[in-house]
Amino acid sequence: MVTINIDGKNYQVEPKNNLLQTVLSLGLDLPYFCWHPAMGSVGSCRQCAVKKYADENDQKGRIVMACMEPVVDGMRISLNDPEVKKFRENIIELLMTNHPHDCPVCDEGGECHLQDMTLMSGHNYRRFEFNKRTHNNQYLGPFINHEMNRCIACYRCVRFYREYAGGRDFNVFASRNRVFFGRYEDGVLESEFSGNLVEICPTGVFTDKTYKKHYTRKWDLTTAPSICHNCSLGCNIIAGERYGAIRRIASRYNGKVNGYFICDRGRFGYEYVNSDQRIKEPLRRGQASGQLEPVDVSTAFEFVKNIVSKKGKILGIGSPKASVESNFALQKFVGKENFFAGVSGPEHRLTLKAMDIMQNGPSNVPSLKETEKADVVLVLGEDVTNTAPMLALSLRQASRVKPMELPIKMNIPTWHELAAMELIQDERGPFFVLTPSETKLDDVATATYRNAPDNIARMGFAIAHEIDHNAPAVEDLTEEEKKLAKQIADELVAAKKPLIVSGTSLLNEKILEAAANIGRAIDKKEKIANLFFVLPEANSFGLAMLEDKALDQALQAAENNKYDAVVILENDLYRRLPASEADRLLNSAGKVVALHYLQNQTTEKADLVIPVGPFTESDGTLINNEGRAQRFFQVFYPQETIKESWRWLAGFMEDNGLVGEDELVNLDDLINAVVSDYPAISAIKEAAPGSQFRINGQKIPRASHRFSGRTSINAMCRSANQNHRKMQILPCPLPWKATMDRCRRPPCRVSGTLAGIRYRLLISFKLKLAADCMAVIPAYVCLNRAWKMNLIILKKCRPCSKHKKTTGWPFRSICFTAATNSAVLRPALKN
Amino acid sequence: MERPLTERIRPGETNWLADYQKAGGYEGLKAALKMTPREVQEVVKQSNLRGRGGAGFPTGLKWSFVPLGDDAPRPKYLIANGDEMEPGTFKDRLLLEGDPHQLIEGMIISAYAIQAEVGYIFLRWAYKKAEHVINKALAEAYQAGLLGKNILGSGFNFDLYLHTSAGRYICGEETALINSLEGKRANPRAKPPFPQTSGLFGKPSIVNNIETLCNVPHILHHGPDWYHSISHSVDGGTKIFGVSGKVKNPGLWELPLGVTLREVLEEKAGGMREGLKFKGLLPGGASTDFLTEQHLDIKLDYKGVEQAGSRLGTGTMIVLDDQTCVVGMVHNLEQFFAQESCGWCTPCRDGLPWTRNILWTIENGQGKMEDLEILEGMTKTLAPGNTFCALAPGAMEPLQSALKYFREDFERHIKEKRCPWRS
Ligand SMILES: Cc1cc2nc3c(=O)[nH]c(=O)nc-3n(C[C@H](O)[C@H](O)[C@H](O)COP(=O)(O)O)c2cc1C
Ligand code: SF4
Ligand code: SF4
Ligand code: SF4
Ligand code: FES
Repeated sequence: MVTINIDGKNYQVEPKNNLLQTVLSLGLDLPYFCWHPAMGSVGSCRQCAVKKYADENDQKGRIVMACMEPVVDGMRISLNDPEVKKFRENIIELLMTNHPHDCPVCDEGGECHLQDMTLMSGHNYRRFEFNKRTHNNQYLGPFINHEMNRCIACYRCVRFYREYAGGRDFNVFASRNRVFFGRYEDGVLESEFSGNLVEICPTGVFTDKTYKKHYTRKWDLTTAPSICHNCSLGCNIIAGERYGAIRRIASRYNGKVNGYFICDRGRFGYEYVNSDQRIKEPLRRGQASGQLEPVDVSTAFEFVKNIVSKKGKILGIGSPKASVESNFALQKFVGKENFFAGVSGPEHRLTLKAMDIMQNGPSNVPSLKETEKADVVLVLGEDVTNTAPMLALSLRQASRVKPMELPIKMNIPTWHELAAMELIQDERGPFFVLTPSETKLDDVATATYRNAPDNIARMGFAIAHEIDHNAPAVEDLTEEEKKLAKQIADELVAAKKPLIVSGTSLLNEKILEAAANIGRAIDKKEKIANLFFVLPEANSFGLAMLEDKALDQALQAAENNKYDAVVILENDLYRRLPASEADRLLNSAGKVVALHYLQNQTTEKADLVIPVGPFTESDGTLINNEGRAQRFFQVFYPQETIKESWRWLAGFMEDNGLVGEDELVNLDDLINAVVSDYPAISAIKEAAPGSQFRINGQKIPRASHRFSGRTSINAMCRSANQNHRKMQILPCPLPWKATMDRCRRPPCRVSGTLAGIRYRLLISFKLKLAADCMAVIPAYVCLNRAWKMNLIILKKCRPCSKHKKTTGWPFRSICFTAATNSAVLRPALKN
Repeated sequence: MERPLTERIRPGETNWLADYQKAGGYEGLKAALKMTPREVQEVVKQSNLRGRGGAGFPTGLKWSFVPLGDDAPRPKYLIANGDEMEPGTFKDRLLLEGDPHQLIEGMIISAYAIQAEVGYIFLRWAYKKAEHVINKALAEAYQAGLLGKNILGSGFNFDLYLHTSAGRYICGEETALINSLEGKRANPRAKPPFPQTSGLFGKPSIVNNIETLCNVPHILHHGPDWYHSISHSVDGGTKIFGVSGKVKNPGLWELPLGVTLREVLEEKAGGMREGLKFKGLLPGGASTDFLTEQHLDIKLDYKGVEQAGSRLGTGTMIVLDDQTCVVGMVHNLEQFFAQESCGWCTPCRDGLPWTRNILWTIENGQGKMEDLEILEGMTKTLAPGNTFCALAPGAMEPLQSALKYFREDFERHIKEKRCPWRS
């Protein structure tokens, strides 16, 4: 801790960050553009100027850029000095000379960093009277819109795209005030992370085309914190809805998982939610027609009752994409012995194997963010760019860990991106990619190895043997293979934080065993290896926690026992099994009941189809690849026939007297039931605040203070007899409420204090999005090996209160700990 | 009066290796190779040689920041800055075209002093003749064993390459030059860290001006005392001064540091042309502050010019006469600077075009009094330290001093709604 003096007041701070980040973390306002917490400082925008004084007697001081200043003990600075304030205002004025000021039609409007900073800096009147420079825009593909005239040349986009994410097809061109950020010619952006341009750009140059397609303003979105369902990493996202359709997905900061970014699959892979293939009401196969026909809810209930009341035996098939709660509800409904994971046998057993290694092996299981700190990386078999895209982004950062020792040795702070990069140049740390075919990480690899999965496993065993000669040796390696195995082994042993990445995608058990062996061998050297396994799907882990049996056993069971019905949860058997086996299963299990949100081959075969909500219309918990339970929340209320799967299933149980009345009504009840049946995952309860959570006695609104058009929406819905679409002001069984109604004021704000947090959520003086505050509540708690240890301690959100801010806003952010996600302890983990 | 840098140079001709050696060339190198690198640095320090590229940083001191010894990062680099795109400056060109071996010898000695194994001559794109001359001279030097492995049997190795720039003013800024050499955009780098510790390809590097390096052989040959003796100032040595503008005899002269401005202007350049009166001058290239009549008797050395409120810069002056419009002249300069901004930092990238535009409207009779306020504000916003590199503050120097000394001329444009110098 050191003491610094800001405008006459002393503050105790850690000297590890630059001055800008330090100032922001203290809750003070200082505008900035080019600095980004994930990408460090480059000092190009000159917006973050402060006055720095040489000593006590220095009256004049000199202007410095806060982002380029290290924090040193006893330093004295001023943010409010008139000269430096004027300077910051002038910088905004200069940035604005060419800016089109088209906020009313700009899709950035409402959460625009430039708007916020302009207001903060106090520049109001345009003095520039000349023509603005203009640019041509480019076609960048179906996802990202390009509007170069809005550019303020902060260089963030190009730094992210090329240096941070390793893309090659995007650059800055030309010079002076004609600098152009884009591709060398029109074309689809190639990077898997291109969507982050939308967020990284502080203005509206890059905007989300899928959002832009509809008329929506940011402050009119109803949003909820959610979890990406597209791979096993479980990146944190915010989903926003308007007029009953999802309008966009944005990243939600989680300092343990995805940080500030998400991949394009996560961002743009949502449109199925708005698809016309959606199942919106119960469908029953008509006796006469043989076709699926819409029926009302009570008919669906009757259909199920008909089966259950005859003491019918029901087969249940779960899903690795559905929540823990929904899978649990089905399991409870059909009985444990009749419940099967809706995953092919080999895949499921591989998942169980990976979990067993994580649970019982000596290696540490890092979080996604922790993988960025590894100084030696071995990728065994997994093409992570395809199977877990954000992991590829993290590993790219890890490849810089070792070279970064040099700047540290030379006293260049790690946040000083420019200096550090100039020093380390193209230097990369030891990084080995052993995969069957080329991967997009090869460009940072020290060495690559291409061979069939079994041979990759052999290399893995050879590496383990090289590290620990007691580990089984591998025969018949070529000289080259031996050399490579030795090289990798040496690097892993020498590493401070060795990381082995593997996964299930090659369906090869030996690869997992090899990875485990390497971890064990490193452990023998009195070192801790980090083992990161990619699993097949968003809730593979959660499903495997509930059930060992998979589809091959289900088929057997169906053919050996007499089932009266099969209930299939959010799944399509034809994508899991060869069509002939899927046919056999469906044909031998009696009536087919499918719960799904989209039509697929399985629903087509069903006798009853139940309309359920996808992730945007449900809440529940997912457990990601490293055992982290994370809650996603319902974004909006669809028409009444669409319900969460668990709600339908709980309804069936209640209707048939399998559970007591009001026993399983809301998510809290379901979670409590899961916890009592599966103490091993009791931590899911802590993954997010329950429905009783209040801040200042209020639920957290999901719409912004500025939400417009409620009256007209309600009127419109009434006249169209669409009451379900009316803005909900009734209490909902969640800590959120849909609107700002009856909110005396936004109960909390995310303020500029959170330097490490999403920059887009920092101060927004005029367009304060109350909805943003809930966006940072961490819907997660770590379950790493939780079934063995009692671990979870989630610091409760500190109710925002007392701190009165000079800006006139009475409330601070909800809770620093919650927002930074750093409070979760994982005591029993070695590190 | 001694003119070590230019006495051998005859207009239009080049001294090749034989000529240069006949005139005592490469003696300095022989002397240097007998010393340790530190001793060479010490000699240069004692000579008080200051950089001739504009900033005037003491050369020996700069070298001393380069890590020496076995554990120093390798390779280390020496770079000769021959970008010379500063408007009004053409002194390095004379040295490059007339006496290439003087530069090569200077570079070998300097490389030895910092134990660099690789050198680059970074040459302005437009200097086609110099390109040809340097290439030929390099070949001569390699053939004579003056470059390459084991130079003159000393065990010291040094390879020297010529790199011709793509033609941007900012490439003269030493860190932008380094980026450009690496094949990157010519944006300047943050300082610190300085190139001496993290330069070309992240390795310790020294960037020196052509003229600076050309001084080195003579210092080593004749010693620091001699070097001081040929100067009229605490700064050692001679300096190539240049005069352009409407004087009788524009040109370049090598003179002792510390001569007066009047001597250069009146004796060497012959004073103003018939019918014209001296109004002011930029003493060291376009990015220095105007000096006027009252300053004619100042000493031309680093301190003397600074005390008068400007900078010695490159020592090549641009003279303004009473028949030339100062607004037009400054507009022309700002046009150049706006054009040459690298586009990295806001004040320069967006401030200079605005400055240029305002000057254009004033020059064309559409200016307003408020415009002068904006211009004055701009000189503060683009002050040293406020921008990422020195280009923008340099661009403000002629403007701020013009506003100070010739404000009336600006106001006349605005009041008369036309340029009084144009009919
Ligand atoms: C915009 C700009 C342009 C410059 N152009 C040149 C140049 O053309 N030649 C040069 O020697 N130095 C130039 N300099 C100065 C160099 O950055 C550097 O200070 C110099 O090369 C160091 O050499 P010296 O110490 O021998 O003077 C320029 C500086 C700036 C800011
Ligand atoms: S496009 Fe956006 S991110 Fe890129 S430089 Fe311009 S303003 Fe910055
Ligand atoms: S990496 Fe996986 S979890 Fe993260 S955003 Fe992409 S698809 Fe979603
Ligand atoms: S002042 Fe800024 S924009 Fe101008 S040349 Fe230097 S770095 Fe580039
Ligand atoms: S944020 Fe500090 S200069 Fe851009």
